[in-house]
Amino acid sequence: MARLPTGGRIDRTRPLRFTFDGRAYSGFAGDTLASALLANDVMLLGRSVKYHRPRGLVGAFDDEPNAILQVGTGRHADPNAKATRQDLYEGLEARPVNCWPSLRWDFGAVADRLSRILSAGFYYKTFMGFPGWPFYERLIRRAAGLGRLANAADDDLYLKRYAFCDVLVVGAGPAGLAAARAAAATGARVMLMDDQTEPGGSLLWDAATVDGQPGDVWAAQTATALAASGVVVLPRTSVLAYYDHDFLLAVERLADHEPPAQRAGKARQRVWQVRAKRVVLATGAMERPLPFPDNDRPGIMLASAARQFTVRYAAAPGRCGVLFTNNDSAYAAAQDLLTAGIRIAAVVDVRPAPGPAARALEAKGIRCLTGTAIVATQGRHRVKGVRVRPLAGGAEETIACDFVAMSGGWSPTAHLFSQSGGRLRWDDLLQGFRPDVSVQNERSVGAANGCFDLAAALREGHAAGSGDTPITLAAPQAIPQPPPAPPLPFWVTPQVKGRQWIDFQSDVTHKDVAQAASENMVSVEHLKRYTTTGMSSDQGKTSNVNALGLLGQVTGRPPGAVGTTRFRPPYVPVAMGALAAEAVGDLYAPRRTVPAHGVHRDLGAVFDDFGGWQRPDYYQRASESRDAAATREHSAVRTAVGLFESSPIGKIAVEGRDAGLFLQRLYANDILKLKDGQIRYGLMLNENGIIIDDGVCVRLAADRFLVSPTSGATPRILAWMEEWRQCEYPELDVEIFDLTTAWAAFAIAGPRARDTLRAAGTDIDLETAAFPHMTARHGQVAGVRARVMRVSFSGELQYEVQVPASEGASVWGALMAAGQAYGITPVGLEAWLRLRLEKGYVHVGSDTDGTSSPDDIGFGPALARKADDFVGRRSLTRPAMVAPDRFQLVGLRAGGAAPLPIGGCLHAGPSFAPPMALEGRVTSSCFSPVLNAPVALGLVRGGRARMGETLCVYHAGTTLQATICAPVFYDPSGERLRA
Amino acid sequence: MLLIACPFCGPRPELEFSCGGQAHIARPGPPEAVSDAEWAQYLFYRDNPKGLARERWRHGGGCGQWFNAVRDTLTHDFKAVYPMGAPAPETG
Repeated sequence: MARLPTGGRIDRTRPLRFTFDGRAYSGFAGDTLASALLANDVMLLGRSVKYHRPRGLVGAFDDEPNAILQVGTGRHADPNAKATRQDLYEGLEARPVNCWPSLRWDFGAVADRLSRILSAGFYYKTFMGFPGWPFYERLIRRAAGLGRLANAADDDLYLKRYAFCDVLVVGAGPAGLAAARAAAATGARVMLMDDQTEPGGSLLWDAATVDGQPGDVWAAQTATALAASGVVVLPRTSVLAYYDHDFLLAVERLADHEPPAQRAGKARQRVWQVRAKRVVLATGAMERPLPFPDNDRPGIMLASAARQFTVRYAAAPGRCGVLFTNNDSAYAAAQDLLTAGIRIAAVVDVRPAPGPAARALEAKGIRCLTGTAIVATQGRHRVKGVRVRPLAGGAEETIACDFVAMSGGWSPTAHLFSQSGGRLRWDDLLQGFRPDVSVQNERSVGAANGCFDLAAALREGHAAGSGDTPITLAAPQAIPQPPPAPPLPFWVTPQVKGRQWIDFQSDVTHKDVAQAASENMVSVEHLKRYTTTGMSSDQGKTSNVNALGLLGQVTGRPPGAVGTTRFRPPYVPVAMGALAAEAVGDLYAPRRTVPAHGVHRDLGAVFDDFGGWQRPDYYQRASESRDAAATREHSAVRTAVGLFESSPIGKIAVEGRDAGLFLQRLYANDILKLKDGQIRYGLMLNENGIIIDDGVCVRLAADRFLVSPTSGATPRILAWMEEWRQCEYPELDVEIFDLTTAWAAFAIAGPRARDTLRAAGTDIDLETAAFPHMTARHGQVAGVRARVMRVSFSGELQYEVQVPASEGASVWGALMAAGQAYGITPVGLEAWLRLRLEKGYVHVGSDTDGTSSPDDIGFGPALARKADDFVGRRSLTRPAMVAPDRFQLVGLRAGGAAPLPIGGCLHAGPSFAPPMALEGRVTSSCFSPVLNAPVALGLVRGGRARMGETLCVYHAGTTLQATICAPVFYDPSGERLRA
Repeated sequence: MLLIACPFCGPRPELEFSCGGQAHIARPGPPEAVSDAEWAQYLFYRDNPKGLARERWRHGGGCGQWFNAVRDTLTHDFKAVYPMGAPAPETG
């Protein structure tokens, strides 16, 4: 057994059962999944992403690149959980990923044999040829990735909280605790977030004395005292991102450490969005691996990981180990391993003359080889031995071992600092990047600042925590240590065969880095993208510095000159569900319903979302199809009368002495010529002369207008009008306010519309002489005060009745009852859009796009008569806007009985053989019951000059014919709507 | 996420705002007196300073008002906010 008989922060009275790859194991409360597996001597945990190499643990926490497992089952499965970050719980089920048919016999490992042709840039060089990238992409996608997502909705509950504080401390290691303690002493509002289950950081595995107490005890007591004093102390909380103006994003794991059965009713995770006045980054440091041949075998791990597993979890990395190092920290690890009773076969140090740390170990009888490197490793599913050789040359020797603990030096965990915009600088003494120039109001302290002496780190944290406020509280004290012997840069083991892994997670070797450099990828940004080093969920935690150190060595530059890529959020992967939090399903966005919604439902309406509004698409009778229902509703409007709820139509009141002048400038049409009670259809353009919306504008009085933008565009048009009012025309006396939801609107359309409205009871004279087309009247309808406008989107005689929204449902009922005798039919949006299509009325956004000008849809002559300037006017005379080959709106008659496909591509034919000239596209299409033929609108290059020409329409593999015609299919003279 | 001091509502998160781009652009006119080149300059050409930029912002998630701001594009520091129509303040 690799579980040590004593020690560790595990609770041996609480055994926990779990499974890995279908086999049952047991661990203890306080274990992580990783430490429990190690304690069960399970070393092979997964397969690497590209070469499918057998892999085991490298790190002990968020630096772990390999041990990515599928944790949990069903819809609660966590597809890419790091075993080192997953607390063990009773009944945990974990599975390896990226292997088939089994972890030990993985078919994909054939890729390792092909490594010679799978080098860096392989994708880009190989898959561009026959038969093309899309073909290969499918194969690559299948081979890529690790865990499998649950194929069901995530029904876990996630929460979101916003918080404000004076000081946010990230990390509850010694420096962070000292900072939080000092900040609290200033009376500030303090938050302390730590990624781990218990506070203490390095104090949990690197024994020390703080203020006369064992370090771990001091940490626990300090955190408890801070929480009691009002500091918000959040364990299991990963700070993911440091955004602008000291805004940080964190995710708190509330229930991931509990068995699923106990999570019921609890939130799984909580996202914190924190705006802090000051931030103290006490995020620690990460140890780096050393490059040597086949340094990725299971059992080869970081010295700090071996030490943490041993001391913190009483899980031995093996029985007999070899340490390989370029710095002093491995010797401290060796001392702890020895204390735990683990044998050390040798310490291999690349430095020719290590210092007192080596001599102290030698005094215990441990072999310390200096100026020596590991040149080969043995063992397939677990390392069995290493071959070592002096760097100056000499005889090789084989040393048997069952684990290797390596240390390539330490890199301050500067991810959040870098995200904040801060600049890093290379430190030769440290052989790593450390925070240099701050951009935001943050301070890095302790190991995150390159300060590895405990006493100094505590002082640094204390000073940063108190800030500029003098406090009487003394900094926590520890015994200062003499400085360690300096590390020796060691970016590759020279004069050896075999691949030396730089990035375990992305499967990048020293050969890939050298090849990238030889192909002139000498910028660190190029290196990253070409080799994929530092990518994936790991984001290069252990590999970045090694990769750019090697790139520097290959290209003859110091690492500081190579530089580093900017770290990007998130620091560790985050569940999408946590980011969405409660904003899912019905809570994603409010569902807007129309005033008569319930009545529509009772009438059999089938609703759909139109620009955020739930509106009847059609009213289903019996088992009628959508198309049949729309056709029935369509015919009713043409032959009798239909009732359509148009409440979502925009109703923007524009009022004030200069309201007319203001609208004259915003509309391409002449608005000032309107008399009281008159209505005009108008287009709004942007300054490029492109149509952004259309609608009617009614002049209610000399200084009062009501503007009706398209339903879905109303918020946008309101904002557009406000921008012009506030920014460009502040001198005008204009007020703009949105009355859209205050009024219900119903369109009564059809030859019997007048009869229906009269039967509903109104004091308005409805005869055309008194109430002509494109005018508005006020009065009573069905006993309710109403505004009635004669406008027509249907092409028939039409009244739009607007009443207060609260009266909407009852007025709808009254109109339906009044129209009973005339065959009134409720009309959904589908039929409504077909009616306007027959009439050739454009639907902005369907029949126009981001290039359409007024002239393109036939409004050129109408606008040319306007004398005043308006938004977009000057653009209409730019050369490109008057070119003869612009896409112009035309009608299209289908060659056969089938409606033309919307979006269908118009071309000259005879067959669809791209690349070929695009002549246009179908923008709207339907079957016209009146004409008993399919009709369509389209945008065709120079279309108005091509009447009668027949084009091919290609869509999804089929080709139809279409003949260009005028866009008005029904009642071109407009007699019916003026009736 | 930026923290923006709305002159009417005080400091609020960036989520509540939208940026309207460069401020103090005079709209040329009347249209018949504007050359294609001048109009193109007005439509398409914008400063892209490394450093202080004068922009207009709208507090759409609050008071709905537009205002001008001086922002350092390098650090995202807001050096000043001032009302529409007011001249840009001297900022160093």
